Amino acid sequence: MGLDFSVVPGYLDTLLLGSLWTISIMLVSALISFFIGILLAVIALYAPAIIRYPFRLFAFVFMGTPLLLQLFLIYFGLNQIGIDLPAFVAGVIGLGLHFAVYNSDIIQAGILAVDKGQYEGARTLGLSRGQTIRKIIVPQAVRTVTPPIGNNMVALLKDSALVSVIGVTELTLSAQLAISNTFRPFEFYVAAAACYYVINLGLEYGLRKVELRIQAAR
Amino acid sequence: MDFDLILRVYPYFLKAAQVTVELAVLSTALGLACGALGAYARLSRIAVIRFLGAAYVSVIRGTPALIQIFILYFGGPQVGIQLDAFTAGAIGLGVNIGAYMTETMRGAIIAIDKGQTEAARTLGMSKWQTMRKVILPQAARLMIRPLGVNINALIKGTALVAAISVIELTYTAQRYIGSTYKPFEMFLLAGVIYMAIIYSTGLGVAWLDRRARIN
Repeated sequence: MGLDFSVVPGYLDTLLLGSLWTISIMLVSALISFFIGILLAVIALYAPAIIRYPFRLFAFVFMGTPLLLQLFLIYFGLNQIGIDLPAFVAGVIGLGLHFAVYNSDIIQAGILAVDKGQYEGARTLGLSRGQTIRKIIVPQAVRTVTPPIGNNMVALLKDSALVSVIGVTELTLSAQLAISNTFRPFEFYVAAAACYYVINLGLEYGLRKVELRIQAAR
Repeated sequence: MDFDLILRVYPYFLKAAQVTVELAVLSTALGLACGALGAYARLSRIAVIRFLGAAYVSVIRGTPALIQIFILYFGGPQVGIQLDAFTAGAIGLGVNIGAYMTETMRGAIIAIDKGQTEAARTLGMSKWQTMRKVILPQAARLMIRPLGVNINALIKGTALVAAISVIELTYTAQRYIGSTYKPFEMFLLAGVIYMAIIYSTGLGVAWLDRRARIN
């Protein structure tokens, strides 16, 4: 059985729809991972030990186990305790939490890199501890850490392929649907890979723009 | 939490963990080979070879590992490559991590001061001798930790081959979740084993790094 890429154009709409789903999964989970990442970083640095340690354990577990396993846990585990989530929501939560932990590590380093004088200055001006962290420290930290967080988003885009395993119809599963009709795995997986590559190029272009804007604003 | 169940199924998980470790070791070896070759290509003076190295890194890092494994396992037979799931998984993971290791190794090599090359060349060493006796021994020390990070990612990446039905740790957990409806227990069991593998690998890497450091 040779290769015949002429079957791919017939399923172009399937692949494009899958790409749109992949992009939305990426954007939603990137947002979740960004904001939860900030929250986790602030907890890790400023919260009292009794709150900090459970969160540290959570981070340790999420960094030490595969994403695929975590997706199974969230999708089937929430089902076990009676919360029936659609696969899309479970996938987005799983991806978001997984990368939130990685983002939190980066943001912690960013927060520690903000000059101590900023904190002292804000406190002297009468801002409360919470206000200082929220309005002075975190905004500056987030700026310095955009490049590594961007790298995490690129990784997130590629890992979004994993949610096909719990049945979210994104790009990878769309390719599989086309394959089950045509029995041409090579052609469609290569086509899906090409779609990912293009989305990746777009994402990297967007990230470069954001970085440039942040550099200019400084 | 059903500890009886955990005690009953953990031998199967340990057997599956063995497959995970075998996968990790084989694909680490392949990844290191691909990484060395890739770094060599990316630093080559010949533009075509440099381009090939850059294309390898860009394509592999720009597409999901899961898709790469699918192309190899499901698409391979169409182009005459018939592999069993374990072999396809090991090769797919190795070639994938090789692209990341290429960048790690290249980074370490170009981080060595240019003066070292110049001095060695002035002393009459050939280009190859300079690389082998002066640059690489220094670069190798810089590589250990970042390669350890790559290997850490690879160990977690071995879970992907569950999708092509290699009976490793994640596949086993998934199967037992399906048959027992106890996802938390199965996650706990598999998670502890993964963390043990990753933690002990980390210890090994730290030990190597300490040994290699020059005081």
